[in-house]
Amino acid sequence: MRIALRALRINKLRSALTMLGIIIGVAAVITMIAVGSGAQERIESQIKGLGTNLIILMPGSTTTGGVRMGAGSRNTLTEEDGYAIQRDIPAVQASAPTLRGTGQVVGGSGNWSTVFQGVTPEFFEARNWVVAQGRGLEPQDIAGSAKVALLGDTVARNLFGDSDPIGQTVRIRKVPFIVIGTLERKGQSLMGQDQDDIILMPISTARNRVLGQASGRLRTVGSVSIKVRDGEDMKAAEEQIRELLRQRHRLQPGQEDDFSLRNLSEVLAAREESSRIMGLLLAAVASVSLLVGGIGIMNIMLVSVTERTREIGLRMAVGARGRDILTQFLVEATTLALIGGLLGIALGVGGTVAIGQFAGWPIQLSMEPVLLAVGFAAAIGIFFGFYPARKASRLLPIEALRYE
Amino acid sequence: MTAPLIITRELRKSYALGGLEVQALRGVSLEIGGGEFVAVMGPSGSGKSTFMNLLGCLDTPSGGEYLLAGERVSGLGSDALAAIRNRRIGFVFQNFNLLARTSALENIALPLLYCGVPAAERERRAAARLAEVGLAERGHHHPAQLSGGQQQRVAIARALINDPVLILADEPTGALDTLTSCEVMALLQQLNRRGMTVVLVTHERDIAEFAQRVVTFRDGRVVEDHRVAAPRDAAAMAAQLRAEAGVQP
Ligand SMILES: Nc1ncnc2c1ncn2[C@@H]1O[C@H](COP(=O)(O)OP(=O)(O)OP(=O)(O)O)[C@@H](O)[C@H]1O
Ligand SMILES: [Mg+2]
Repeated sequence: MRIALRALRINKLRSALTMLGIIIGVAAVITMIAVGSGAQERIESQIKGLGTNLIILMPGSTTTGGVRMGAGSRNTLTEEDGYAIQRDIPAVQASAPTLRGTGQVVGGSGNWSTVFQGVTPEFFEARNWVVAQGRGLEPQDIAGSAKVALLGDTVARNLFGDSDPIGQTVRIRKVPFIVIGTLERKGQSLMGQDQDDIILMPISTARNRVLGQASGRLRTVGSVSIKVRDGEDMKAAEEQIRELLRQRHRLQPGQEDDFSLRNLSEVLAAREESSRIMGLLLAAVASVSLLVGGIGIMNIMLVSVTERTREIGLRMAVGARGRDILTQFLVEATTLALIGGLLGIALGVGGTVAIGQFAGWPIQLSMEPVLLAVGFAAAIGIFFGFYPARKASRLLPIEALRYE
Repeated sequence: MTAPLIITRELRKSYALGGLEVQALRGVSLEIGGGEFVAVMGPSGSGKSTFMNLLGCLDTPSGGEYLLAGERVSGLGSDALAAIRNRRIGFVFQNFNLLARTSALENIALPLLYCGVPAAERERRAAARLAEVGLAERGHHHPAQLSGGQQQRVAIARALINDPVLILADEPTGALDTLTSCEVMALLQQLNRRGMTVVLVTHERDIAEFAQRVVTFRDGRVVEDHRVAAPRDAAAMAAQLRAEAGVQP
């Protein structure tokens, strides 16, 4: 081992250049796995956050084939559509019509521009929101258009800092609300939006008091979040919802849907797939780099064996057996690869942290890829060092000694 | 006289050189007793080095027989030969053959690396040998920082580390001046007096006169083998040379 280290030290620059391939390869492996599993992790947590069986129902176009629908035709989505889905389709666990708006909210020690959503109690279930403190919305809040609100984590922290917001008053678009609860953190969405920058309030309150819509017959909504029961077939549920809505909207056969259904978990699954492919590509690049690094080691070891023929001869003359020489060169190659591997780990971890810091990508460093990289580096050293080492061990002592 | 340490019978060695067969040794039969100091002489190309390499188990003969301390060496495998070189034989080369960028102590300890001696013990024994050749304070110098004579003394210390029965020296003074040569020869004589068998190749009659017996080679054969009536004392010679040159020992 010490012989090996010394031999490498004598040719510092050459050893360093040889290691470069391994360094880059190992660093690439580590960075790739960290970034890849970070992305994977984020997507998985988003899927968990959304639920795996969420369908988003949105209003579609109000014209069909260039012909504007006649007055009175239900060309937009209504609150009642949402309730009907809940009531009439057994496969649906929760159907939550939602009204969305943006506005300035003032309260506590500051003011903040945020998104508010008018929702029903089902919304929590449909979108997997968990009340962190206080209470959620109750049916009577909806019935009475109560001026109560739940704050997302970001909003709560921006308005109230560390103090308890429950029971405090906030003004949303100048309308005073009592904070009845806070929501558990969800983190960033797939698009990088902060999902916790949100306020939830009863849908009736949003409509009547904040958005100021006349309470006419058409209580339109921006979207309906629908959660399908576990174990139910998503496609079948989607079809039932489509049937029900076409019926409710009195659409003739052949007429286009005036709404759209989106299965978000499918979108996420597609993203997961693409990030996996991305990871595979990076892995391919990394393995090519490792391979090139290994060939570099083999090359340098061959040169080293030739250069040190006399040394080998002398060692044999004083009693080194073939296998002693074999071991010496194998250890040397492996040491080279391992040092390269360790430097690669340092570079990889550094690079990963830098990517996390500056690019803001989610990263996830774990022990396994590091161990994997070390093992891989050692294996490369042994594999590519074997041929030159065996060559050295098979030299005849007298010929090696006489070598010029 | 003790039982012969070395017995060769009709020892032959030929090299294939571009289809041409070069006969370097054409049947050498020789006995060397334990404790002898033998000088091998002869013109260039007469097969001296070839003979030494066979004695040292660095090379294998093309024919004939070689017995070292009663054991037939000719038929042994490479690992067994390595073990013999390690335990029983010490080599001294014309060009020293020390490992560059490696301290004198580590050079001396090299043979011990291949017979499983622990590091601390290696260092202790190497230091003792270095003191014996009079270079105790040069242990951490690299070969490039030592003079030729000092390097050769380090090489001799290395040859001695495993208490071999046989010291083989192929022109050990070839690269040294007269005084340094005498000092190296004094060292070899001293070892010989302690019972070690020494076989030495040299071109210089002066050097051969330090030995007890001179064997002369010509064209791969032994042509002359005589005892030296009164071998010269190298230590005294060196002292005299030093005195003439006014150098302190
Ligand atoms: N490896 C080899 N391949 C071919 N021929 C060789 C080889 N080694 C030695 N010879 C030949 O064998 C003969 C004896 O060589 P050797 O080296 O034993 O001579 P030597 O007596 O030591 O000479 P010198 O005094 O010059 O050292 C020479 O003719 C030489 O050319
Ligand atoms: Mg010679």
